Amino acid sequence: MAGIASYGAYIPLYRLSRPDIQKAWDSMIPIPGEKAVASYDEDSITMAVAAARDCLTGIDPKKVDRLYFASTTSPYKEKQAASVVAGALGMGRNTLTMDFGGSLRAATNALRAAVDAVESGAAGNVLIACAETRIGAPNGDKEMSFGDGAAALLVAKKGPVSIEGSISVFQEFHDMWRSDKDTYVRFWEERFVREAGYLRIMPSTVAAALQKFSLSPGDIAKAAIYAPDPRLLGMAGGKMGFDPMAQLQDPLYMTVGNTGCALSLMMLVAALEDAKAGDNLLCASYGDGCDVFVLKVADGIDKIKDRRAIKRHLESKKMVPNYLKYVQWRGLMETEAPPRPPINHISIPALWRDMDWGLSLHGVKCKNCGTPQYPPQRVCVICQAMDNFEPYNFADKKATLTSFSHDNLAASIDPPSTIAAVDFEEGGRIIFNMVDRDPAEVKTGMPVEVSFRQVHFFESIHNYWWKCTPIRC
Amino acid sequence: MGNIKGIRDKVAIIGMGCTKFGERWDMSKNDLIFEATKEAIEDAKIEPKDIEAAWGGTWVSGFDGRCLADPLKLQYIPVTRVENACASGSDAFRNACYAVAAGAYDTCLAVGFEKLKDSGWSGLPDQQSLPSNRYPDRTAPGMFALMATTYFSRYDLSPEEGKRMIGSVSVKSHHNGTLNPKAHLRREVTIEQVMNASIVAWPLGLFDCCGVSDGAAAAIVVPADKAKDYRPDPVYVKALQISVCPSEGELRADYDFTQVKATVRAGEAAYAEAGITNPREEISMAELHDCFSITEAVTCEDLQFSPKGKVKEDIESGFFELTGGLPVQPDGGLKSFGHPIGASGLRMLYEMYLQIQGRADQRQIKDPKLGLTHNLGGIPISNTVSVLIIGL
Repeated sequence: MAGIASYGAYIPLYRLSRPDIQKAWDSMIPIPGEKAVASYDEDSITMAVAAARDCLTGIDPKKVDRLYFASTTSPYKEKQAASVVAGALGMGRNTLTMDFGGSLRAATNALRAAVDAVESGAAGNVLIACAETRIGAPNGDKEMSFGDGAAALLVAKKGPVSIEGSISVFQEFHDMWRSDKDTYVRFWEERFVREAGYLRIMPSTVAAALQKFSLSPGDIAKAAIYAPDPRLLGMAGGKMGFDPMAQLQDPLYMTVGNTGCALSLMMLVAALEDAKAGDNLLCASYGDGCDVFVLKVADGIDKIKDRRAIKRHLESKKMVPNYLKYVQWRGLMETEAPPRPPINHISIPALWRDMDWGLSLHGVKCKNCGTPQYPPQRVCVICQAMDNFEPYNFADKKATLTSFSHDNLAASIDPPSTIAAVDFEEGGRIIFNMVDRDPAEVKTGMPVEVSFRQVHFFESIHNYWWKCTPIRC
Repeated sequence: MGNIKGIRDKVAIIGMGCTKFGERWDMSKNDLIFEATKEAIEDAKIEPKDIEAAWGGTWVSGFDGRCLADPLKLQYIPVTRVENACASGSDAFRNACYAVAAGAYDTCLAVGFEKLKDSGWSGLPDQQSLPSNRYPDRTAPGMFALMATTYFSRYDLSPEEGKRMIGSVSVKSHHNGTLNPKAHLRREVTIEQVMNASIVAWPLGLFDCCGVSDGAAAAIVVPADKAKDYRPDPVYVKALQISVCPSEGELRADYDFTQVKATVRAGEAAYAEAGITNPREEISMAELHDCFSITEAVTCEDLQFSPKGKVKEDIESGFFELTGGLPVQPDGGLKSFGHPIGASGLRMLYEMYLQIQGRADQRQIKDPKLGLTHNLGGIPISNTVSVLIIGL
């Protein structure tokens, strides 16, 4: 039997209130709550990296055998996203990287594959990172209900959570889908989707899973079951024999929104944050069928509760000032470009050559004088020793802000662009942009941390590097 | 620092020219080069065919020797294009002077030029681009604003006190610009206008930043012992120094932005070459690289005009005004005269040259002996600096 050795999650800092969306469209239907919105420089890859870094707290990424990335909103249709995530995490070159996509079951499909790999002995451990940035059409119901987020699990031979097993059914079904030509998710009539889809197969698959593992609904401490909204979950939960208030894990609708394939694993992570030894847990996803997992929590669960996971990310938030900001961040409307020179034609050989330090924030440390420096140099900036360096990871080091400016001239989707001169506690300096901050709160000397972000999308290339933020949570 | 030998008093300037700087929509770069060079040739009272070698300093407006040979129809002489960011013009001049001092030529031309207003962009192109494009857009105001943030913080200036200090620098330069018919901007501004102007890159506001301009300037140099054959009032080259920073501020956590080491080094070397031991007393006037008001303030400390951390007192006492003890930017500086990048080093020499000869009209300083020019190409964390001294 395989287990979960660690978990992590990521929710974007920014939230958009549903009443603000309603006001923008002068819409009649009041829908409460707020949705998490990935910033203009975040996407499914950057959020997967954030969740994976949370999961790998205190764990050496080079000791991970495989990286499975799951999303229906990978930035690329053809180019592996998992390799970008693995590069950003500083994983070894022999890591087996795989992309899972195509349906809202992509993340639990990845979980099943990870369990199979570990149980068969093919892999010692597998890191799963799932993330979504699904967009609903403007002035629509899905725009209201969708949200952005990510989760990560480290599946291994042993851990404080054991994965007892799973049951799956498939269903070829167009309740929600998106073809390769669509920007927005499409869906059939709500009643059909509910009654011929979710309510027909979810309860029966959950029942089959419980029976397979000789459990009754009352044995389950928490059921983390994907649902597009709480009302539907309540209806299904009743059919499954669960007490909705006590046993159903919050589907995060009011605080994050429907995060597609990432939702069931985000809900599982939230359940694990509160779990205690002896708990039986259920995790279920839905999309062209169902995957239902049964898990058991053991001693040692408290040791991994220092992750940011769901709770701390939920509590740390800023509001998107208005609906139009969201429209601009998602690129849903063409806006006037600032009169700044265009980005230079990109060099792919340079991008490839820079991969280690560009993606994983690895610099070098001079073996002669001990000074860390970034980017990697051939001649030491302090003692001028030549070619006498060892690799040095900046991503996990404490850092403070030495100087900053809020630049209104620099091209940015969300000006001002905050330039930050960041100095690392153990040596070295990097000049970053700072994001996820209120300009009025930025002060010299404040502690900061690094965050993996998309810098440009230009010439069809998603170009990634790092930025800094105030300590998130 | 090593033994500074240099070429003090071996070369003299016998003619200079400078176009009006500004938004010269009607002038191509070739028009600007021609206009500045024609004035220099006429000022030197030589024939174009007397020029034996030429150097053209420009950041992005030309690429090889043809940049001068073509518009000026220089007849098969050696011509080189020189680029050293904002020190390009000064470096073109430096090359021409070394050629004369080496005895290779007797008459050399240096032209600095830049045509920036054809692009339509706001501000200059990116300061820190990589071929992989990973770095986000970093502007000059943004990178120099870091200098203001830490200067204010290190010397306990509130944002208001700090903005007042640097704002006064711009008020002074704007005033001097009104006395200069060739300046791009010719209007007075008040300290209130400067401090309340819209923010470009906090804490730098609109009037803390020099604008983008077109322009050209030129100089003709000959051996010092032949200078009086051309005119009774040649101006002699005392020091030509360049210092280039190996991007230390980008990599080292101990660089705090309140000093530019390359300016300090170039200044020390220039003073040694020129035989100056007390710059504050011996330098009569200076044109410093005031791309941003904070840059001028820090440069006054780096060049030993003011003690470290104390430039505010000198600014407040009027020490750097036209009527003060060490006038800085008598022609309006980058702020008012404008900053066509390749031209600026030679434009600075042009003002020092006119002042030494008593031809500076309403801006005339009383009995100047030595004029210093300073250029800072790049940004505080990574830069190339020139310090030149000319005089009697």
